[in-house]
Amino acid sequence: MITAEQKPVDEIRKMIAPYKSILVLGCGSCVAECAAGGEKETGALASALRMGAKMEGKPALIQEKTLDRQCVRDFVIQLDEIIHQYEAVLSLGCGAGVQAVADAFPDIPLLPALNTEFLGETKDQGYWLENCLGCGDCMLHIFGGICPLARCSKQLLNGPCGGSREGVCEVNADVPCAWQLIIDRLSATDALGRLEEIYPPKDWSRKQGRGPRRIIREDQQG
Amino acid sequence: MKETSQLKRILEKGEFAVTAECGPPKGSDPDAVIRKAALLKGKVDAVNVTDNQTAIVRLSSLAGCILLKNEGLDPVLQMVVRDRNRIALQSDVLGASALGIRNVLCLSGDHHSFGNQPQAAGVFDLDSIQFIQVVKTMRDKGMILGGEPLSKAPNLFIGAVENPFADPFPFRVVRLSKKVAAGADFIQTQCIFNLDRFEKWMTLVREKGLTEKTFILGGVTPLKSVGMARYMKTRVAGMDIPDEIIKRLERIPKDQQRGEGIRICVETILRLKEIQGVSGVHIMAIEWEEAVGEIVERAGLLPRSTAN
Repeated sequence: MITAEQKPVDEIRKMIAPYKSILVLGCGSCVAECAAGGEKETGALASALRMGAKMEGKPALIQEKTLDRQCVRDFVIQLDEIIHQYEAVLSLGCGAGVQAVADAFPDIPLLPALNTEFLGETKDQGYWLENCLGCGDCMLHIFGGICPLARCSKQLLNGPCGGSREGVCEVNADVPCAWQLIIDRLSATDALGRLEEIYPPKDWSRKQGRGPRRIIREDQQG
Repeated sequence: MKETSQLKRILEKGEFAVTAECGPPKGSDPDAVIRKAALLKGKVDAVNVTDNQTAIVRLSSLAGCILLKNEGLDPVLQMVVRDRNRIALQSDVLGASALGIRNVLCLSGDHHSFGNQPQAAGVFDLDSIQFIQVVKTMRDKGMILGGEPLSKAPNLFIGAVENPFADPFPFRVVRLSKKVAAGADFIQTQCIFNLDRFEKWMTLVREKGLTEKTFILGGVTPLKSVGMARYMKTRVAGMDIPDEIIKRLERIPKDQQRGEGIRICVETILRLKEIQGVSGVHIMAIEWEEAVGEIVERAGLLPRSTAN
């Protein structure tokens, strides 16, 4: 999923300051899973902003709504009826959600309440881990299900570097060395010999070759 | 213009090679490099110029190499993959060769989060092994990555680094063999303080037949003080300094610790000379190039051969 974290409330307050009526718009998908922009967080942020506005003596209309998916136009159009009551939308969607709403309503300012972080997994309660770059050419079958591009600090395809020590990355003692993980896993399945091969430079044109990537599937178009 | 690297000549003649390191200044002052060149001239066969080491912005390694070359030294151009993509790396390899640089050392580079530009984008388009392979293909086949021909192939002696003290220990030799297969003509190792571990690593290196395919230069660094030893042990990535070294320096009065650091370094070189398959030594006297001449002399490595 896509992970995100809420911006500091002070930053959000500065962003919304010019507006007297604001729709605080949550998203029920990824950002709900990572407890950043779901219905619960959207309600909490809207209450905090209302309370702040009241205490500052600057009355503002601050209301909230959560869409199932902000990044899908079919859901975004649910806002058609209500969105023009507001001067601005404060979105708790990921960057894709914010832009999908902005695209659907060109005349309304869109303000991001979240910082979109990475493509990752929920490791544990309150713990999310980046493990995919979306490179467009998955190599996980080679590296034992551990991505060296996303999880090695130097993106080595022929690691580990000289900074791997007791299973820990030189960059951050909290980060396991991805290459140690790969080697351990391939050793366990007797596939370590695979790493004697030199893996060639990555074809980054699959990720950033010609501007923003698109997927167009005629079989899905109706 | 010399067509061959002095380092290559020495190694291929089977002589014990000596290289040193020159860290460029944090400024545009050529005299800082020229001063270091004067200290190293006649004491070593070649001098590495580091490439923004520890991710601190410094005078470029290519410029540093040219300054050394003008002083009559054989420079080793260090190139890290941290800051340049494949286009820039290949371009600089061609430029270096055109300017008469004859040695290149391909490495990953210290991560940018350690340096004074932690907000920088880390490039890491190629990894060090891929980069070695790219340089070898440019040199031997006259082709860039992707197969396009060059009007003239670069003429470079290709080096790589290895850290025998990093983990996982058995895999370090596999990685070295990949570097050799990729095209590393010579290897300079991380600073050796733990000789027992280095000897174990060399045994594995010999067993894999790698000393027949590449020249291994053991890395050494003279310690200036017990403080530096402690700092390197705990704060510098990939460094293995045994407690005995720390204790040995602790017993020495502060004003004599530099002398003891040199003594340890000389002893290390003397042991390295005895290890089968070690073709030379790489002296990394960090901001202490003055020490190199004394170390080389006391290790019995003077005079340096100038023969072609």
